[in-house]
Amino acid sequence: MKRRDTGGSALNRARKLGFSFDGRALTGVEGDTLASSLLANGVRLCGRSFKYHRPRGVMTAGSEEPNALMEVLRDGAWHPNIRATMQELHQGLNARAQNCWPSVQCDVMAVNDLLSPFLGAGFYYKTFMWPRAFWEGLYEPLIRRAAGLGRLPQSHQGAPHEKAFAFCDLLVIGSGPAGLMAALVAAKAGADVILCEEDRQMGGRILSDMAQIDGGAGADWAAGVLAELESLPNVRLMPRTSVFGAYDGGVYGALERVSLHMTAPGRTPRECYWRITAKRTILATGALERPIAHPDNDRPGTMLLGAIASYWHRFAVDPGRVVVFGNNDHALAKARALAADGMDIRAYIDPREVSADTPFKTYQGEVIGTRGRHGLHSVTLRHQGREIRLDADTLALSGGWNPSLHLACHMNGRPVWDEGIAAFVPRDAMVPGLQVVGAAAGIFSTHGALDSGARAAMQALDALGMHATPPDLPQSEDTPYAITPLWQVQARGRAWLDFANDVTTKDVAQAAREGFVSVEHMKRYTTQGMAPDQGKSSNMGALAVLADATGGSIPGTGTTTFRPPFVPVSIAALGAGGYGPSFAPQRFTTSDAQTRKMGAPMIEAGLWYRPSHFPRAGDRDWRCACNRETLHVRHAVGVCDVSTLGKIDVQGPDAARFLDFVYTNTMSSLKPGRVRYGLMLREDGHVMDDGTCARLSGQHFLITTTTAAAGEVMRHLDFVQQAYCADWAVRLISVTEAWAQCTIAGPLADELLGHLLGDLPDLPFMGCAPVTVGGVDARLFRISFSGERGYELAVPARYGADLYRHLVALAEGLGGGAYGMEALNVLRIEKGFVTHAEIDGRVTAFDLGLQGMLSQKKDFIGRAASQRPRLTGPTRLQLVGLRAVDPQSEITAGAHLYPGDKPAKAAYGQGHVTSVCYSPTLDSWLGLALVENGRARHGETLRLDDGLRGIRADVEICNPVFFDPEGGRMRD
Amino acid sequence: MRLPCPCCGWRDLREFTYKGAADALHRPAPDDASGWDDHLHNRTNPAGETRDLWYHDPCGTWVCVTRDTVTHAVISGVPLEGAR
Ligand SMILES: [Zn+2]
Repeated sequence: MKRRDTGGSALNRARKLGFSFDGRALTGVEGDTLASSLLANGVRLCGRSFKYHRPRGVMTAGSEEPNALMEVLRDGAWHPNIRATMQELHQGLNARAQNCWPSVQCDVMAVNDLLSPFLGAGFYYKTFMWPRAFWEGLYEPLIRRAAGLGRLPQSHQGAPHEKAFAFCDLLVIGSGPAGLMAALVAAKAGADVILCEEDRQMGGRILSDMAQIDGGAGADWAAGVLAELESLPNVRLMPRTSVFGAYDGGVYGALERVSLHMTAPGRTPRECYWRITAKRTILATGALERPIAHPDNDRPGTMLLGAIASYWHRFAVDPGRVVVFGNNDHALAKARALAADGMDIRAYIDPREVSADTPFKTYQGEVIGTRGRHGLHSVTLRHQGREIRLDADTLALSGGWNPSLHLACHMNGRPVWDEGIAAFVPRDAMVPGLQVVGAAAGIFSTHGALDSGARAAMQALDALGMHATPPDLPQSEDTPYAITPLWQVQARGRAWLDFANDVTTKDVAQAAREGFVSVEHMKRYTTQGMAPDQGKSSNMGALAVLADATGGSIPGTGTTTFRPPFVPVSIAALGAGGYGPSFAPQRFTTSDAQTRKMGAPMIEAGLWYRPSHFPRAGDRDWRCACNRETLHVRHAVGVCDVSTLGKIDVQGPDAARFLDFVYTNTMSSLKPGRVRYGLMLREDGHVMDDGTCARLSGQHFLITTTTAAAGEVMRHLDFVQQAYCADWAVRLISVTEAWAQCTIAGPLADELLGHLLGDLPDLPFMGCAPVTVGGVDARLFRISFSGERGYELAVPARYGADLYRHLVALAEGLGGGAYGMEALNVLRIEKGFVTHAEIDGRVTAFDLGLQGMLSQKKDFIGRAASQRPRLTGPTRLQLVGLRAVDPQSEITAGAHLYPGDKPAKAAYGQGHVTSVCYSPTLDSWLGLALVENGRARHGETLRLDDGLRGIRADVEICNPVFFDPEGGRMRD
Repeated sequence: MRLPCPCCGWRDLREFTYKGAADALHRPAPDDASGWDDHLHNRTNPAGETRDLWYHDPCGTWVCVTRDTVTHAVISGVPLEGAR
């Protein structure tokens, strides 16, 4: 193999590129792929096979490559399984063979090849079964090391990747003659067209064969069409883009290699994961050539004939002395054309009778072996009962063509067998809106491709309601295609089917003998088609060999299931933009910056970030801060941003009626200027959420939800309104982000507000009123989640940061300060207030002791179900308080509770702990729990057992309201 | 997968929240115990055309979607008012 002196349509010879393979400095030129530059440098051996560590070389010129998988150094890490045929060469590219040690020439694991009689189909299953305990510790790591296909980089900090969305009238996949024709017809009619091509250059097979179109070179015609497409504003050309999956609703997944061909891509994304939504799609992905299973068909130098032509025309790679082994008319025609173009073709071998009118010798017969340690030296063939050995550098195989119909089968459609071309072809309408054209549909002539592309475009336009006149097709060949299938050469020696996973014809026959006669079972037993190439060039052959071994027909044996992705897709691309801080949206309160400035560690509450606590110098740990903040509220005044609570504005003449329907209790009787605690159920009778409902005026309410359930409650209320009371005069809208709201809680709350507002309105407990803060209209609510005298003050969100800073400063001046989530939690547990730790979706109003809030006078959501017998009564887990018998003995949330004399087994479980805290107010560990028949068991002692954290403690069941059970502190 | 919102047109699945079968649109009478059991728990799970409820989060519209569980075809999407 070497570079020809002339030719190479893909190359820009003026620009030399230095690169390295296995530590060797080599030179290629701009336009090369890694594979073409290796071949041009005479490098045939470029990897070791998966199981037997056989020497392997480049076999194909496309994404179906099974052999030339390499590691490439990118962004400081070695990336495995890079197909050399798809990696464009760039200055400084650093690649190395994988799956070999110490080097690709001298690989110690090649000993596996000598052991091959013991490593056949099902070898893992038979050998490593016993003893069972050895599997995880010994066998699996051993096998992985010996048989891996490269190793993944260990860093999580990948290079940039991107995700994008596109929409079009017509998506054309593949830019060969059929795809180009389809895109041109549709684009000229005004349709929005996206044309995707896997290769760097558009043109498909036109770039690699000598097809004549309109009396000139096919490549010239393609260039003209592409220039025209490029000039149209309604066309998007997407080279380097592999469409890898077809999904519901005309959605296609595609992977664009954006900067993998650049030496220093910097922040340019390496790949982009596209989701393309197309009204119609034309699949013009061409066909993949099949190798032939003959003994030693895996030696470096053995390649597909079409690939050799591609390397010859596009990359000016001279394959040296070539022997061609084919079984179809295309192969012979191609050999003739290549010979006429100057390729040194020594012989053409075909099991069919071949006319002798060729510039090279022809043999009717088969190849039965090859020789050459690290690459092909000679080919042995069988001709008229004799064995003939021919010296050769390259053996070109052409066992026929398989239409690339994978995408058409992604929605579980099964292709049909076409005897004429000895291949599977797609049926109509396997994917809604998708038509298959050209070679992908089994139409192999250039004319057939152009014609089917144009017709499909006309049909697509018709379906889109667009009109066009049928185009005049350019002139091109329309030669018929004839093939006599040759699935395996009957001769001594191992003949490879799946090169990537080292599956031979013998393995498939053995699988059949052992009873794995279904194609899906054979696949899994032999691992046929399960390597990165997914058996693109080998599944068909394996299926035929299986049919032969079982005496069945090929269509009767059937194909395995085609699943996305068509080509390997990196997780980095699929997950682009979805890790680290962008894993989920982040929501920040208006006090966020100030809170962080005060040094508070932030914790996540749903998508929100809230301060955990506010450390001060001398704090031993977070609990010191938490205790201090709790006591500030109990003894002075604390300030906390509670803007994350859901706020829903409900207005209209029927607003009160609507709220009566969604809350268990009655809101229509609420007076303007008053607030009521409310409970909402799901229709199945369980508690959905709790919160407050303020009547701002006669027809205007503002309700709050918990932070966790804000979205769910909004959806629920919208549902109830739209499903059951669409004709009521009521409208609701989320105003969560419109208002910043702060709690001011503690015995000095009035004093603080007096400083802020000057004149504090005389609000009763559960009252609300409009106020003015520094000239800004605000709302003041006298409500309390801490058990202290407390207020919540709401201002339009744009004033939130100022309000918070001001309130904290005032609180600090009164001996209090800001408090965080930890203190907020302690304060509410001391008071027995529930959150979604208790309202876990399984509790009823009865369980929480709130059955009194279920109105008997009206219907409401969840009412019917809440009355069902098993949702109330002594078998229910009921809310209780827990006090550690030794007050300093830690208890934990999530722990289970058992009778003291019983083991920690599910059968004895009495319930579980939902929330705990250390109460600085009461100097004790406290908890809330759900305990079977708990309200009747106050005073009883249970054993708490947290097996996970190894914590055990005796706890006493008590009233969940530990502090100020009469509520005087917040009410009076 | 894409769904039709009566307010916004065809939109990506990820903009929607699923609720369940359109049975939820027909609330039984308060004292119809067996009706409530059906309403809450029993579903037909058809192979073929089915109607279910989706919330289009960006605009707050509930949509009754008719689709086919066999072919995955999405046939229509209407507001709840027209779906009962
Ligand atoms: Zn919408």
